[in-house]
Amino acid sequence: MKIEININNNSKCIEINPSETLYEVLHRCGVTSVKKACGTSSCGICTVLLDGRPIPSCSFLAAKADGHHITTIEGVQEEANSLGALMNGEGAVQCGFCTPGFLLTVIAMKKELSNPDEQQIKNYLVGNLCRCTGYEGQLRAVKRYMGVSK
Amino acid sequence: MNIKEYLRPDSLQQANELLSENGAVIIGGGAFMHLGDLEIEKAIDLQNLGLHYVEENNEFIEIGAMTTLRELEMNSIINKSFSGILSKAAASIMGVQVRNIATIGGSIYGKYGFSDLLTALLALNAQVELYNAGLMSLESYLESSMDKDIILKVRISKGVSKAYFECFKKVSADFSVLNTAAAIVKGKLRICVGARPARVRLAKGAMSFLNIIDSTNTAAEMAGILASEEIQFGSDIRASAEYRKELCRTLVKRCVLEVLQ
Repeated sequence: MKIEININNNSKCIEINPSETLYEVLHRCGVTSVKKACGTSSCGICTVLLDGRPIPSCSFLAAKADGHHITTIEGVQEEANSLGALMNGEGAVQCGFCTPGFLLTVIAMKKELSNPDEQQIKNYLVGNLCRCTGYEGQLRAVKRYMGVSK
Repeated sequence: MNIKEYLRPDSLQQANELLSENGAVIIGGGAFMHLGDLEIEKAIDLQNLGLHYVEENNEFIEIGAMTTLRELEMNSIINKSFSGILSKAAASIMGVQVRNIATIGGSIYGKYGFSDLLTALLALNAQVELYNAGLMSLESYLESSMDKDIILKVRISKGVSKAYFECFKKVSADFSVLNTAAAIVKGKLRICVGARPARVRLAKGAMSFLNIIDSTNTAAEMAGILASEEIQFGSDIRASAEYRKELCRTLVKRCVLEVLQ
């Protein structure tokens, strides 16, 4: 079957197998920034934005994305650069495998929540696991990015 | 999971006709499809059928089947209704990514034992409207074996004076080791226990006991004991049956205290 999706503001018509996940199709299209780890929607590594909302691309059928906008880290370079610089400054990046999904979730959170407190930030990021950093550096960077003073 | 054909009907009638064919299933949000080794001839996606809403009238709140768990969590009508337990239960489910794709209809259709949402909905005595079978209680739907029908919406009466939901997880994004909810619906107390790890059940013995006596701390404690004795628990990777039974006493007691105070 064919689907029409917009990937990072580029419209594409793609032939897919109905069983394929969005992650698989994105990789086939050369969008390799999207990583896969658990394959069960549990870790957030494969996060992409569907019409601006974070979703697990490893568990989302590509067919369901027909007619929708998909954003990966390549599509938010300006925001990713500023958040990435804050992450680097706080020592919040080690292996980097979770970073694209993590940045996309934070960027979506900034658009969705106005003036969140620390607990709201933690709640929003509960689905993004990082096995390297211990989260404290990430939390400091995210709070600075979100403009949280405390 | 193997899907041979993906279809996105433009009408409920068309969806119903497709569903009647062999090997056809409705895929909802698709969030938990990967948990089973499914062979699907026709995957029917309802996203074009206008089943994506929360509406309120004088008697009910109605939630379209394709409404996502994230929308339940954030919707202002849902937030202020039923002591906020639907928002609380939805917010406790995995990460925001899953909640953006998982739907209320899919959660009900799946009858998942791990569901936090089913426990809250059953406590509220929710009803389910199906395309062919019409309106029925969620309790009846969960006991039924019908799988060739389309869930259109969930209807919850506004006769809920107080409700409370509690769950216990090892980590935030995990499935619950146990979840419980209590609600006073039209003056009658309802108590539910889910993630046993089997599907949610009403603790009818505890409900009967509490509906005939005055509300006290002792009564709440008795409700916990009765619920933990009458409900069957199982063991899995998260906890033993014995552990769940002990948890049940405490969580049910907390829920009952909250709704009776």
